[in-house]
Amino acid sequence: MSNAAAEPIETSLPRARIDWIPLILVPVLAIATLPLVGNVSAWVTLTVAGLAMGMMIFLMASGLTLVFGLMDIINFGHGVFISLGAYATLLVLGPLAGWASADSIGLNLALLVLCIAAAMGLTAVVGVVFERVIVRPVYGNHLKQILVTMGGLIVAEQAIHAIWGASPIPVPVPETLRGAFVIGDIVMERYRVVAIGIGLLVFFAMQVLLNRTRIGLLIRAGVENPEMVEALGYRIRRLFVSVFVAGSALAGLGGVMWAFYRQTLTAGMGMEVMVLVFIVIIIGGLGSVGGCFVGSVLVALMANYVGFLAPKLALVSNILVMALVLIWRPQGLFPVARR
Amino acid sequence: MAKGIDEPLLRLEGVHTHIGPYHILHGVYCEVPNGELTMLLGRNGAGKTTMLRTIMGLWRASSGSIHFDGRDITALPSPDIARSGIAYVPEAMAIFSDLTVRENIVLAARNGPVHSSRLDWMFGLFPALKRFWNLPAGHLSGGQKQMLAIARAIAEPRRLLLVDEPTKGLAPVMIHSMIEAFRALKAAGETILLVEQNFHAASQLGDNVIVMDDGLIVHSGAMSDLVADKALQQRLLGLSLDSHQ
Ligand SMILES: Nc1ncnc2c1ncn2[C@@H]1O[C@H](COP(=O)(O)OP(=O)(O)OP(=O)(O)O)[C@@H](O)[C@H]1O
Ligand SMILES: [Mg+2]
Repeated sequence: MSNAAAEPIETSLPRARIDWIPLILVPVLAIATLPLVGNVSAWVTLTVAGLAMGMMIFLMASGLTLVFGLMDIINFGHGVFISLGAYATLLVLGPLAGWASADSIGLNLALLVLCIAAAMGLTAVVGVVFERVIVRPVYGNHLKQILVTMGGLIVAEQAIHAIWGASPIPVPVPETLRGAFVIGDIVMERYRVVAIGIGLLVFFAMQVLLNRTRIGLLIRAGVENPEMVEALGYRIRRLFVSVFVAGSALAGLGGVMWAFYRQTLTAGMGMEVMVLVFIVIIIGGLGSVGGCFVGSVLVALMANYVGFLAPKLALVSNILVMALVLIWRPQGLFPVARR
Repeated sequence: MAKGIDEPLLRLEGVHTHIGPYHILHGVYCEVPNGELTMLLGRNGAGKTTMLRTIMGLWRASSGSIHFDGRDITALPSPDIARSGIAYVPEAMAIFSDLTVRENIVLAARNGPVHSSRLDWMFGLFPALKRFWNLPAGHLSGGQKQMLAIARAIAEPRRLLLVDEPTKGLAPVMIHSMIEAFRALKAAGETILLVEQNFHAASQLGDNVIVMDDGLIVHSGAMSDLVADKALQQRLLGLSLDSHQ
């Protein structure tokens, strides 16, 4: 075949650029606060706590941002999966309490893995039902989505009360995950380090899935233009259900991590953290997993630093971060191109 | 499927389309013959885009029927319509800008990797795609995006290409390349329904022509007949071929 459309104009070679400015915000924030905190060991403690919290928020938020990006669904019920995931630990801790108190890293980690598996399994199943019964009837209507998913949240909270009772339930951190790693006068709580590890693992797994697999390509394409994905011959609905269920399971995972972090279960714990989750997905750019990750870390670090430096401002610090980010980039840190 | 030689590949019969409260297509009858290039003309707002979207199932026909390859596709969901062998290049191109050129093509090829000879053929038509293969499609120029949108439609063999105003907003020299690309596609035997505002360009390419106005087909026939009949052009399109040369 001939060079039919040989390009007549020599265009300058466009370069693929990584948008690095949002990425350096995190180290910049961390380094900038070091002199303010003034004390390296306190700063390390705050930073590790912030990173751990950021990873947990990321786990809870990553599914929601994709659900919004793909189907334009606002799901206030997402907190259900966080609470349910947290309570699912009881299913494992009940029969295997001995594994938690055993002084064995193997048994402790196995217990954690089982808790995660139980939580993700339970929340995935509930996710299938939730999508079918609550979300599906309200496509295309944001007001109904907010009302109906809120309703689903309330029902689920009451169900948790009915099953596990209304009073807070203590959750023991497995024996060897308690305490801290001490290096000189730097103290890092072990569980927080584990949480950071799990968060990073999930983040990189998601990056591989989204960038290296066909289904990942479809998700990214669908977030940008679901209609064109359909016109190419793919059923966006099926894709969406899978993402919804995976997102629910990730929220369940986040719930487990959150439960051990707080060491207490309450039915409302999912709802409480949803404010942060929404802030994070707005900061990150709706539909952007990378943005959600950076946003989570940013918000959590900020909360920890401000909580130490100016406790009175702790409550407004997240809103402040959001406002500043949105003034700078109204579509979030990593705006997702849309139709 | 055994078909008569004059059986059209695509046939619309009495198609009405409503978008919300608006009645846009008012009973469209038309045919697209197999193996030919059919131009769809009409002024702005005539309903050309609405017709293509209705064929793709992106708007639902409220009545009437659409037959493709002997099969009633009127009520099929869009992905099934696509899978029956229709590729669509929308007016807004709708390339995935966060994905690389390669990834855009990979998604368009539903049945696995694009055959290398086909890839070479596509690169021959649109060399820019080869050059920018691993670049996010959002970085391409308008003309290159349009080429990617068309390449996506031909990444695998399809029975019918629906292409909505591929020359819109392009510089004259780009329009020229685009016309050449369609000439090559036509020579390769593709069946194409092509929306084009520029009658001069359309007249060079089309075997057949359909003219729409106000949600109705007001003329259809051989392109050569319309080219020869200046009075008809004047009446249908309000311009003559000469005025565009
Ligand atoms: N989403 C929509 N909602 C309401 N009306 C619409 C919508 N899309 C198109 N229309 C109307 O339908 C009519 C036909 O539009 P359509 O886009 O099909 O025309 P067209 O022939 O493709 O025009 P153009 O040459 O400008 O692309 C127009 O009057 C337009 O205003
Ligand atoms: Mg149009």
